[in-house]
Amino acid sequence: MDLMEFQAKTVFAKHGVRTTVGAVVTSPEEARAAAEKIGGRVVVKAQVKTGGRGKAGGVKLASSPDEAEEKAREILGLDIKGHVVKILNIVPAAAIAEEYYFSFLVDRANRNYLCIASAAGGMEIEEIAHTDPTAIAQISIDPAKGVDEAKAREIAVAAKYPADVIDAVVPEIVKLYDVFIAEDASLVEVNPLVKLEDGNVEALDGKVTLDENADFRHPDHAEFEDVSAADPLEAAAKAKGLNYVKLDGSVGIIGNGAGLVMSTLDVVAYAGEEFGGVKPANFLDIGGGASAEVMANGLEIIISDPQVQSVFVNVFGGITACDAVANGIVQAFELLASRGEAVSKPLVVRLDGNNAEEGRRILDEAGLAGLERVDTMDGAAKRAAELAAK
Amino acid sequence: MSIFLTKDSKVIVQGMTGSEGTKHTTRMLASGTNIVGGVNPRKAGQSQDFDGKSVAVFGTVADAVKETGANVSVIFVPPKFTKDAVLEAVEAEVPLVVVITEGVPVHDTAAFFAAAQASGKTRIIGPNCPGIITPGESNAGIIPASIAGQGRIGLVSKSGTLTYQMMYELQDFGFSSAIGIGGDPIIGTTHIDALQAFQDDPDTDAIVMIGEIGGDAEERAAAFIKENVTKPVVGYVAGFTAPEGKTMGHAGAIVSGSSGTAAAKQEALEAVGVKVGKTPSETANLMREIMQGLSK
Repeated sequence: MDLMEFQAKTVFAKHGVRTTVGAVVTSPEEARAAAEKIGGRVVVKAQVKTGGRGKAGGVKLASSPDEAEEKAREILGLDIKGHVVKILNIVPAAAIAEEYYFSFLVDRANRNYLCIASAAGGMEIEEIAHTDPTAIAQISIDPAKGVDEAKAREIAVAAKYPADVIDAVVPEIVKLYDVFIAEDASLVEVNPLVKLEDGNVEALDGKVTLDENADFRHPDHAEFEDVSAADPLEAAAKAKGLNYVKLDGSVGIIGNGAGLVMSTLDVVAYAGEEFGGVKPANFLDIGGGASAEVMANGLEIIISDPQVQSVFVNVFGGITACDAVANGIVQAFELLASRGEAVSKPLVVRLDGNNAEEGRRILDEAGLAGLERVDTMDGAAKRAAELAAK
Repeated sequence: MSIFLTKDSKVIVQGMTGSEGTKHTTRMLASGTNIVGGVNPRKAGQSQDFDGKSVAVFGTVADAVKETGANVSVIFVPPKFTKDAVLEAVEAEVPLVVVITEGVPVHDTAAFFAAAQASGKTRIIGPNCPGIITPGESNAGIIPASIAGQGRIGLVSKSGTLTYQMMYELQDFGFSSAIGIGGDPIIGTTHIDALQAFQDDPDTDAIVMIGEIGGDAEERAAAFIKENVTKPVVGYVAGFTAPEGKTMGHAGAIVSGSSGTAAAKQEALEAVGVKVGKTPSETANLMREIMQGLSK
């Protein structure tokens, strides 16, 4: 889960990292009130989970409460790379002397942690990497050893932070590592990390990605969940414990196993090329043990998507055999009927793997309205795409 | 022969007495795996019955290893306890630890992987993976043994169900070993590790490699294949239609910016001569042609 800037700074502050959380507002009037309270010049910052806010006009300086209200009005509702601005962060304008880049992240390639740091900051790190790769230090972190003061100093020197800020930056690095570990973050990024005119070092911005697998030890992370921003179908699926991602196409997809479902989306998109660019409507992995209830919940979500024109159920019977899945589908139809929701869209089912013959027989005998059985994945994808194109 | 797992492997199950552990221990035993014990500190000294076969329960991994000579541990404990379970197996110097558990925090995986690296005695497979099967010999994990038998194709995959799908498509040829390495950001055994092992295995003639979006493991595997793998490799990559910034089921399956895309992975593999199928079936057909060519 990605955090918004103000949430990231809140987490930083909890661990003693120097930062200014400021005020969080959702209307121009609140922005004015916040600016009045802060006094002096303020910065009005769009809170969206994407980079490049500045360039998109999502970060503006205001020298008076009037101006803060005006800028807030401009920024609220702005669409930044598909993210509509609903929340603003109002902070006092900092007296910045220098800007740097800093991050900790999980290094997939080396299977440990990586610190990326640079004395060049304030822009996208990719840009710095492109224009001056030697300006970026990449320091590998051993998860067993972590980052103590000595390691933090090594990082600060490698990053070529100026000598006069090293003493101030070292404790901040140690605390940022504490954020990374203690909060179960897979990314902690500060861009820019700034040296203020008074010599202090502060995290002016923050980007944090939390590992949802670790939610069990962080009940407090639930407050960061941005329920309003989630797609309503995604929210409904999540409430039912389903692994669902909304996409733009018209073929609803249900499958078992993340890899198989990803593959199903691709195969449908290929097949769809023949029918004027038909595409998958969603990702939905019902997991290995596809019970009738899970199948019913999944079908319910998918048929409630108005964009869906046909549904493709793609199941490989591995741990759960196909006859159990077929029974699950039959019961799902009954369950949905009992909830007053008939399956109104054509359904293509492909069952293969363990007990496939038995599973197919169960489906055939049930004679469910609108259900077609196609026994290969490629063939079924083609049929589902064809039905969606009708 | 095979990779990592043979008929001589002595397997213990951490979390054997839980519901998943019990279910899959039954299946592993049925497929011929030599399961020599389970671990549960609260049930030490007891034994558990699996369709007539009694398996001893030990209090610790160290005890189980000492008593049975176990050299493989399969872990089914819940995510909360996985780190401690793996660390225990690493400390007991179990040579192969297969972590089936899904939903392990990445920092926990980083910690136990670092411990395994430091000890130098343990190979970890997973977490969040279906495990490894050497058909006809041993099965450490949840891959259904009934899908395909012994043969000369090696299979390495990030995804469980795509592993099953591919084994099913190529069941007429069979497999030396099939290994599901998992789709988490940090995994104990990579595509490269498996490719190296299959390259070195005299009973593997050709390799199927299944990847998916996220990270650059497939690109690195491509570079490795170019330098080190002389056996034919066929590839498949899932996730061409995945949108940027959305996690597709597996914790590691996410396209960020231009990195981790399926297209980049396919391109990297094709650049080193790996044939990449557009669909699992097409991939299986590419392998079929190779195997038919080899048998001529």
